[in-house]
Amino acid sequence: MEDNEIEDIEIDCLLEAISRCHGYEFRGYARASLKRRILNRMTQQGLTRISEMIPNILYDNESFDHFLTDMSISVTEMFRDPIVFKSIREAIIPKLKSYPRINVWHAGCATGEEPYSMAILLAEEGIISKARIYATDFNNKSLAKAEKGVYPIDGIQKFTRNYIKAGGKKSFADYYSAKYNSAKMKESLKNVITFANHNLMGDKVFAETHLVLCRNVLIYFKQSLQNQVLALIRDSLVNRGFLVLGDKETLQFSIVENDFEVFDKKMRIYRKKRNV
Amino acid sequence: MYEAIVIGVSAGGLAALTAIIPELPGNYQLSVLIVQHQVADASDFLSEYLNEKSSITVQEAIPGEKVLPGNVYIGPPNYHLLVEKNRRISLSVDSKVNYSIPSIDVLFESAADAYQKKLVGVILTGANSDGSQGLKKIKKAGGLTIVQDPVTAEMPEMPKAAINATTVDHILTLRKITQFLKSLSHE
Ligand SMILES: C[S@@+](CC[C@H](N)C(=O)[O-])C[C@H]1O[C@@H](n2cnc3c(N)ncnc32)[C@H](O)[C@@H]1O
Repeated sequence: MEDNEIEDIEIDCLLEAISRCHGYEFRGYARASLKRRILNRMTQQGLTRISEMIPNILYDNESFDHFLTDMSISVTEMFRDPIVFKSIREAIIPKLKSYPRINVWHAGCATGEEPYSMAILLAEEGIISKARIYATDFNNKSLAKAEKGVYPIDGIQKFTRNYIKAGGKKSFADYYSAKYNSAKMKESLKNVITFANHNLMGDKVFAETHLVLCRNVLIYFKQSLQNQVLALIRDSLVNRGFLVLGDKETLQFSIVENDFEVFDKKMRIYRKKRNV
Repeated sequence: MYEAIVIGVSAGGLAALTAIIPELPGNYQLSVLIVQHQVADASDFLSEYLNEKSSITVQEAIPGEKVLPGNVYIGPPNYHLLVEKNRRISLSVDSKVNYSIPSIDVLFESAADAYQKKLVGVILTGANSDGSQGLKKIKKAGGLTIVQDPVTAEMPEMPKAAINATTVDHILTLRKITQFLKSLSHE
C-alpha cells in the first residue's frame, strides 16, 4: 500500500476518534487543507505518524483543545475586502434603520477584527445604540483575543487604509488607544459585541438576526456541511434579512439558493426572501 | 498516462506562462493548475489575459469546481490553491507559506496526494525557493518532475532550489517544456 493511502486511513481513524469522543465532525471539512493542518500539528508535536496523535485526542482534553485551535485558520483583518463594508454601509444599513432592534451575527469571527469593524460602521451610521453584535467562533483562543480587543500596532496601517476604502467617516485612530506596541479597541465598541463559543458543525440557532456575516468559513467545508450551516443561518435570519459571504463564496448550487435573492452578486450579498 | 499538470512560477512568470499556455491545443487532454506569485491586489488579470491568447480555456480557480481536462485553473491572489482527491478545487485563506499566498508547495503537495503517478510538476522562473518541497513530494508519489533550465530562466533561484531538493526528470528550456507538455497524452 502507498504511504499516501495509509495516511488516509490514519486520518479517517483520527477523525472518527474525534467525532465519537468529542462530538466534532471534522469529516465535513475539505480534506486537502485539513490534512495540511493535521500534518503541521503532528510535526509540531514531534510526532512522525498521524495515528500517534490519537491517544492524546482520546485521553487528554487539553490536548484536544489545542488540536481544535490548530485546525482553525484564523487569518483575518479589519474591514477585510473594504468595498464590501462600503456596500454594507451604503446599501444594507439604510434598509436596517427602520427596525427597532438590530441583531448582527458574525459566524466564524476569528480574532474579532470583523465585528469591531462592524461596530465602527454601525456607530458612524448612527444605529449602534439599537444594535447588538453576536460574534461567534469555535476557537476559544481566538475568542479570548477578540474579547481583549488588543491588536499589534504593525497591523494598524493596513487597517487604516481599509477603513478609508470602506468609506470611513472619521479617523480610524478615534477607535483605539495605542499603548506600547499594541492598539486597544475602544470600550464603546466592545460593549455592543457579545463574543461566544458556537460550533457551526452542530450548535443550534441562538438568536433572531437581521444581518449575518459568514465570510471565509464555508470555503473550508465540503458541500454537505456548507448546506447544513447555510440552513442554520437562513433559519436565524428574519424575513428580508441579509447574508454576506466571503469573496470566493456563493449560494449558487447550495440548498438555500432559492430561499435568497441575490442582492449584490459581486459583493456576495444575499437577501432572504419573504415567507421562507 | 497523465491526468494533470501543476505549474509553479514567480518573478518573470507572465512571460513564461505566455510562452507555454497559448501553445496548448484547444482539445488538450490534461488539466492544468497554476500558482503564480502575484501582488496582493492583482485581480483576475492573469487568467483573463492568458485566456484571451489561448485556445485552451483559462480561468480563475473557484472553490468546489470540478477540475476538467483541457482546462487551465489559476489560483487567485490571497488564497492558497489546493486540489482534492475527488478532483475538486479548494481555496484557503491562510498564513503565507514560503512568504507566499498562494504558495506553490501547497498546490503541489495536495496535487501529489490527489493524482499520485498521474501528475506532472513544473517549476519555472522565480527568485525564491517555493515549490521545491512540493516537487519533491510529486517525485516521491511517482509523478514526473520538470524544471526550467536555470541558465535560461529569467530568475534562476527557484529552478535551482527545485533541482537541489529532488531528482528532476527533465531540465529544459521553455520551448522544450512547451513541446514536452504538448506531447503528453492522457492514456
Ligand atoms: C479565516 S477565518 C475568517 C474570519 C473572518 N470572518 C474574516 O473573513 O476575516 C475562519 C474562522 O472560521 C472558524 N471556524 C471554522 N470552523 C468552524 C466551526 N465549525 N464553527 C465555528 N467557527 C468555525 C475558524 O475558527 C476561524 O476563526
